[in-house]
Amino acid sequence: MAQPETLVLPPKKKRSTKKVVRNWIIAVLLLAMYVWTFSDIGINWSQIFSERTLNNMTRVVPQLFSPEWAVAPDAMRLMGETLAMAYTGTLMAALLAVPFGFFAAKNMFNSRLINTSAKWSLDAIRAFPEIMLALIFVAAIGPSPFAGVLAIAVGSIGMLGKLYSEVIESIDMQVVDSLEANGANKIQILFYGIIPQVIPEFLSYAIYRYEIDVRSSTILGLIGAGGIGMMIQISTMNRNWDEVGMALLIIIIVVTVIDYFSSYLRKRIV
Amino acid sequence: MKGTPSPQQGTFTPNNPPGLRAQQAKWKLTFVFAVVVLVYMFTSWQTNSSLINLWNGLPDVWRMVGELFPPNWGYATETWGRLSETIQMAIIATTVAGILCIPISLMASSNIAPNKWIYNITKQIMNILRTIPDLLLAVIFVGIFGIGAFSGIMALIIFSLGILAKLLAETIEAIDKNPLEAIRASGGNTLQVIVYGVMPQILPQYTSFTLYVFEINVRASLVLGFVGAGGIGQLLQRSISFFQYGRAMMIIIIIFVAVVIIEYISGKIREEIM
Amino acid sequence: MIEFKDVSLVYPNGTQGLKNINLNIKQGEFVVIVGLSGAGKSTLIRSVNRMVTPTGGELLVDNENILPYKNKKLRELRTKVGMIFQNYNLVKRSTVMKNVIAGRLGHTGTLKSVLNLYSNEDKALAYHNLQRVNISEKVHSRADELSGGQQQRVSIARVLTQQPKVILADEPVASLDPPTSHQVMTYLRKVNKEDNITTIVNLHFIDMAMEYADRIIGMRAGEVVFDGPASTVNESTFEEIYGRKIREEDMVGGEDDEGNA
Repeated sequence: MAQPETLVLPPKKKRSTKKVVRNWIIAVLLLAMYVWTFSDIGINWSQIFSERTLNNMTRVVPQLFSPEWAVAPDAMRLMGETLAMAYTGTLMAALLAVPFGFFAAKNMFNSRLINTSAKWSLDAIRAFPEIMLALIFVAAIGPSPFAGVLAIAVGSIGMLGKLYSEVIESIDMQVVDSLEANGANKIQILFYGIIPQVIPEFLSYAIYRYEIDVRSSTILGLIGAGGIGMMIQISTMNRNWDEVGMALLIIIIVVTVIDYFSSYLRKRIV
Repeated sequence: MKGTPSPQQGTFTPNNPPGLRAQQAKWKLTFVFAVVVLVYMFTSWQTNSSLINLWNGLPDVWRMVGELFPPNWGYATETWGRLSETIQMAIIATTVAGILCIPISLMASSNIAPNKWIYNITKQIMNILRTIPDLLLAVIFVGIFGIGAFSGIMALIIFSLGILAKLLAETIEAIDKNPLEAIRASGGNTLQVIVYGVMPQILPQYTSFTLYVFEINVRASLVLGFVGAGGIGQLLQRSISFFQYGRAMMIIIIIFVAVVIIEYISGKIREEIM
Repeated sequence: MIEFKDVSLVYPNGTQGLKNINLNIKQGEFVVIVGLSGAGKSTLIRSVNRMVTPTGGELLVDNENILPYKNKKLRELRTKVGMIFQNYNLVKRSTVMKNVIAGRLGHTGTLKSVLNLYSNEDKALAYHNLQRVNISEKVHSRADELSGGQQQRVSIARVLTQQPKVILADEPVASLDPPTSHQVMTYLRKVNKEDNITTIVNLHFIDMAMEYADRIIGMRAGEVVFDGPASTVNESTFEEIYGRKIREEDMVGGEDDEGNA
């Protein structure tokens, strides 16, 4: 075998000073972040590694995996309520998001003020988790599925409005131009030129959002906003973990089925 | 027009003009529309959320909005500890999930997994994990470890693991297989194939996904306090249940600012990487 | 050195890849295998490092039957038998150096290689091999910044860094233009002569096979239909191997105009 007679090592990689400095800054920032995180966070380790934890573990975990079938009818009824909440909320959001989507689309309103303020309100809504909205609605109108529906309806506008505006911005404007050239008015253009182009995507996104909303409405009951979460809250307080196990099982099955149907429908639409 | 089964076969006369859409499509659309409306009527009745309820509820909502203002600005300083706890929880959970997801996603990718069994089982477990909402995991961990940030961190880890492993496994399944073949052909074992062939190919996506999951974790950790799993959510819930709406509004504003800043930074880094 | 004794291969779907192959390849020979695509050239080559596993017969490398090899033995065999691919198979996002040092993987412990702890000898060897194929100035470039010919040269350096006794090259120039193809073949030929590495190359360009090979093996439908020194081969031999007239696309043309670098 040919071995080099003398060891010639490859030349050292030349790195620009800018890159070296950048890498060091990143490293220092990361280190600082972790030092801050781990020195500051208050975790009571003696509570976590205690006999109580062990007792909880041996009680909670086996019960979770042996669901209480007696509460299955109740759990299914409440899961039905959850699905209904998600449906009502998503449908309301899907309609309310349409004007937002149009306002935020650059090719519909040629005004920066309208575009940005619509985009900004959509972003603002998206910053809040739905359950936080639910907390406020529960405080306003009392514990009820209605509070959950409102939370979902408001919370979903953010994402749907944003996606709608992207769909609108990507449509074929030549169709609109030619309708305009034919002397169509704004309303006619909307119904013959724009709506037919965006409907399939709008629908597909609304169905996708329904998937997300089903997931989030399962937990709204934890703070009194209806659905299967209420059962989980009560069972946890009574430490009936086998009932929680039943609720969990139903959530997993129903969410999986909904995801499956939703992706099937969306594939058919687009 | 009613008599024509389909416009292609029917003959059109001035008295029998073709519709704008194919007849079949028209029926289908009407049917879908009717179903959507009927289901809405049923669900809004079941959840007491009809338009009438909405109309009746509006005054209450407005009253609430009125009470939220003005925010209690002075309260801001007292929230700092809980806010940083929220972000710290997200940092720890993202780090742990970011490490754990590597072996798991390798096992859940069809082109790397050592055999079909491991692939299918890992993939199914991850699918199931993703169906469980974060707050529900938090409830369970609070039941085991008691109230506090640790339970929240555990919930976030499990929750983000499902998302990360799925995204990463999809990336791994799409990598260029040729270099892996070359490394295998030069006598590399599985671990060497992963480190030399797979890792360099997925690194940018991996970083980007981790940052994305960090954003998700920050949002999720904001509300974990509702069930006693640490973070600023606890303060929000407490101030609302004590009718201290000025404080609640202050917390809402702080959460909003924190989310916007973190998403901005994370988004910028992700843009830089990809 | 490499001996095929009645080797056959039937794929799980029933296709016969190889039919009763009997060959004896000597140390240091430069063998070119020709045949139409689907003739079994690739299967034959890949049997030698067990990227595919023949289902019958015996395949001896250094007088040892390699067909029953598993895990550790198999990796040892692959360390000894290097391979070059049509698509270079470099990790595009890694640097040239990292790609070349990957040739040492079979010689290096898992932990050491994972932590990137290579000896100075290994690094020097990798660099030396890059110099041999005249691409050492690209040592820190990323592989995807290189042209196809440059990438194939890097893959030759990688295979040399493995210090193999045998190099298998599976259509190494099929994705390259004529001048670059000649350049790559020249390098392969050069290391074959200098290091006395047994080299087996799959080609479908007949002019190139005649120019570079010591010995030509013709295959059709999984069988060896010709085996002889390159000097005895002419166009009619190829017509026999291919079972049809020679066409223009069977020639690469474009003589070596970059010189023997």
